[in-house]
Parts: sequence; C-alpha cells; structure tokens
Amino acid sequence: MHALEIQGLAKDYAVGFWKKTSRTALKSLHLNITQGETFGFLGPNGAGKTTTLKLLMGIIFPTSGTATILGRDIGDPEVKRKVGFLPEQPYFYDYLSAPELLDYYARLSGMAAGARQKRIEELLERVGLRDVGNKQLRKFSKGMLQRVGIAQAIIHDPEIVFLDEPMSGLDPVGRHDVRELIQQLKDQGKTIFFSTHILSDAEALCDRVGIIHKGELRGVGVVNDFRSSVADKTEVIWLGAGVLAAVTELVSDTHTTGDTVRGTVQSADLDRLLEKLRQQRARLISVTPINRTLEDYFLAQTRENEEEKEAVRS
Amino acid sequence: MTSRLSAITLNTFREAVRDRVLYNLVLFVLLLVASAPVISQISIGMEKLMLVNLGLSSISLFGVIIAIFVGIGLVSKEIEKKTLYTILSRPVRRWEFIAGKYLGLLLTLVVNAVLMTVGFYLALLVFTHGLHQADGMLLVAIYFIILQFMMMVAITLLFSTFSTPIFSAIFAFSLFVIGTFGNDLRNFAAMSHGATMWLATAAAYIMPNFASLNVISQVAHEQSVGAQLVLFNTLYALLYSVAVTAAAVLIFERRNLK
Repeated sequence: MHALEIQGLAKDYAVGFWKKTSRTALKSLHLNITQGETFGFLGPNGAGKTTTLKLLMGIIFPTSGTATILGRDIGDPEVKRKVGFLPEQPYFYDYLSAPELLDYYARLSGMAAGARQKRIEELLERVGLRDVGNKQLRKFSKGMLQRVGIAQAIIHDPEIVFLDEPMSGLDPVGRHDVRELIQQLKDQGKTIFFSTHILSDAEALCDRVGIIHKGELRGVGVVNDFRSSVADKTEVIWLGAGVLAAVTELVSDTHTTGDTVRGTVQSADLDRLLEKLRQQRARLISVTPINRTLEDYFLAQTRENEEEKEAVRS
Repeated sequence: MTSRLSAITLNTFREAVRDRVLYNLVLFVLLLVASAPVISQISIGMEKLMLVNLGLSSISLFGVIIAIFVGIGLVSKEIEKKTLYTILSRPVRRWEFIAGKYLGLLLTLVVNAVLMTVGFYLALLVFTHGLHQADGMLLVAIYFIILQFMMMVAITLLFSTFSTPIFSAIFAFSLFVIGTFGNDLRNFAAMSHGATMWLATAAAYIMPNFASLNVISQVAHEQSVGAQLVLFNTLYALLYSVAVTAAAVLIFERRNLK
C-alpha cells in the first residue's frame, strides 16, 4: 500500500469580479509515495506546492481527481489521525503557551488525557523548547515558532508528515536544527512529504524528489538518478591552441586563453578526445567530470518550460 | 467528537478571556457606581425602576456588543491567520469547528452575564435595602437576554463564515436593530396587502425577533412573565439559532480556505 496516492488531482480557481475567468493552480497531478519514504516536493514560489498540500489536508477542495493517504480517501477525516501537517510560516494562537497549544492539538487529534502530558514534555525537550515554561507564543521568535510547529505536527505520533517549506525564513542554526528533526523522523521510519525551494535541503534529506513548475509536475525521481542523468559531460583543459581544429567535432563550449584551451566533451567521447590530443602532442592540464547537482536539473526543468513558452509566443 | 467539540469551545472561551473581553465587567461596575448619585436623587419607588432598567439593558447591550465584535472574527480571523490549517489537518469535522466556536462564544457571554447579574443583584441589595420575592422575576428577563445572545452569536458566526469582519459587523448590527423592532415588522406585515404582505411576512420570519425577548420594562414594573412565553421564547431562540448555525455550517463545509 502506498502512503500517498494522488490520481489526477487538479485545482482551478475562479478569478475576477464575476468569477468567470479560471486560473489553474494545479494541473492533473499523479504521484505515489511509498511508506517510509522521504519525498521532496520542489518548485519555485507559486509553482503549486502549497496548493497540493492544502488539497491533501482538506483545506481546499479539488476541481477534479482523487487522493488517498494510507489507503483512505483524503475526504475522510479519520485518516487525519495518522497525518501530521506543518503549514508554511505557521501562525499559532499567540495567547497560548507552547504546552497549552500542544495540549489543544493533542486533544483535537484524539489523544487520551493520560498520554498527553508525557508526550508534550517529551516533544518540548526534543525540539529544544524545554525551558519556555508558560511564556505566550506571541513572545516567541520565528525559529521557536517553527519548532513549536514541528512539535504540533508530530504530537500524535503520525505515520505520515507533511511539511510545507519547513526551513523557510530560518537562520542557518534554525535550518540545521529543523533538518536534524526531519532526519530523526526519517530514522523513525515515518513517511515524510515536504515541499521546499531550498534544493540543498532536498538533496540532503530526500529519497526521491518531484519537481513542480507552474502547477505541472515536471519530473520525479531518485536524487542520485537526477545527478547521474546529467553528469554525462567532462571538462578538459589542455595546452595547445593549434590542435583545436583537429578535435573541434568532439568538444563544445571552448574557451581559449593564450595557448590554454578549455572545452566540454560528452563523457562517451572522452577517450577519443584524449587519444587525439595525445596524437597532436597537446599537453593535458586537467580532466574533470562535470558533476551537476539537483539545482542544475531543477533549473533545466523550469527553464525548459520558459523557453517552450517563448518559442510558442514568437 | 465531544472531546474535539469541548476542546474548541474551551479554546474559544480562553481566547476571549485572554483578549480581555471580560474587562467590560469593570465598565459595567463603573456604570452602576457612577449612576448611584443620579438614582439616589430620584423619588422612592422610581429608583428601583431606574436601576432595573439600567442594569438589565446594560447586561443586554454589553453582551450584544461582545457577540458582534468577537463573533465577526470567530471564523474569518482563523482563516486570515491560517490557524485553521492546523485544525482542519486533524480529524476535526468542519461542523465541529463551527459548533465549537459557537459554544465557546456563548459560554463567554453566559459567564459574562452571570457575573454581571451578581453585580446587578448586589447593587439592588444596596439601593433597595433588601431583595423581594418579585425580584426573582428579573432572572427571567436575564434568561431572555441569554436567549438573545444565542441568536446573536449564530448571526455573527454566519456572517463570519463568508464575509469580512467589517461587513459582518455592519450586517450583524443591522439585524440586531431590525430584530429589536421585530414586533413592528410583524404588525406591518399584518396590515399590508398583496405582494407587500408576502414580502413583509417572509422578512418577519427570517429576521430575528428580539422584541419578544425583551421583558425588561415588564419586570421593572414587577409584572410577572407567563410560563407560556418562557417556553415559546426558548423554543424560538433554539430553533432560530440552530437554523442559522446550520446555514453557517453549510457555507463553511463548501468553502475553499485560501
């Protein structure tokens, strides 16, 4: 059974004064997440990440499509007993203290009175807020609120946790701490679905990622697969500008500075290029595989889309 | 269900208390104390009438003001601040949220009214040097005021599910004013003909009728209130509140919370 199964989930908003114009926030999304997986939902701002999470949480309703969480339809409130959710830049009831807030959410999640107190103490300790006492949340810093946010998302020990931009707006220490907390959840075997536009976080934590842009899923895959699929080029630098004409069909992106030439070769053609350089008696300076990152793939996906649009316009 | 409902109810009550809503009690006491010199100058017999009118009208007005100004933000504030996101991502039904909010504000108003009633009876004790059997009838007027709160909370909650706080306040206050003259609307409907009669009759049934819940003048003159009126008013307030709250639930159940 998949932890999350999304089938053709789409969302259109009626906009304008008479609500006659339709704006698509999410195009038919198909996605499966297996249990215990950490999935990163990547995309620039306004890509449709939050819309997807809101649909899954029942905050907005889909125009079409269905989704199930742990085998139950997202419209079934009972499934939420096993779901935790941290919204983007969360705002909580600021007249409450952290223990009061967690107790409130624990009650709403159906936790028994006896278990609540112990769990609250344990969680406050875990997110580094043991000493906040009865200070009201209005006096909390952004980083502290984010920690409270994570604590409320997991207060009822859910099986699947949805986090919307959990590192957004945090300082480096805060980001590190939140990353640690997510790693702990991952180690516990929880299924984690988190949206982010910070790619290094996704690279560090995710088993798989999906890239969404302008409401459309552009690609899904294992982070390492993305890397290998694009790491198919090698940068070669040699001394001997005179030999460039002999190897010109093998190299691209060449830059010549004095007698030094820098060029890029498809990895499959690397041996042939090196052989030719040897034959031409060029002096090899360096051979470096271009190890592209998730960021390169992400940019390629999102730019491709822009270029396609440009081509259509022109 | 009851656990979630009571959690939302108590949290709404706690929010009102921590937002210092009950500070209006201080204003109420000040009003009673400040009016003392005026009341004492009035001839014997009239001072009690004045005090009852002032006290009960204040309990009603303070409550209605709280119902409107807290009620208009009950749902809209949760949407605006996105606190609802963390509520609806739990096994909470949307109707439970609306019902919990309703009961939470009503609890606030009842506690407020009870505390005011204690203050009011103390003032009565001081001014009239003792309580009389007829003073028990004042409690019926206060009970009717609480019935009025039940209806006002439902009305403001309904507007809060689809309108901005400012418009909600305007709509709710307008309905309060119309409801205060509810009997006049019914009389107008009875005297009209044709389409006007139908429209006026429909309006009279849809609009709240607070006039029939106002027995302040009656009890101030130490007249009794019939058991039948108590029963009818109770049923009317209950049915009206349930109908309006159900409308709020219907709207909220379908709403996309952007």
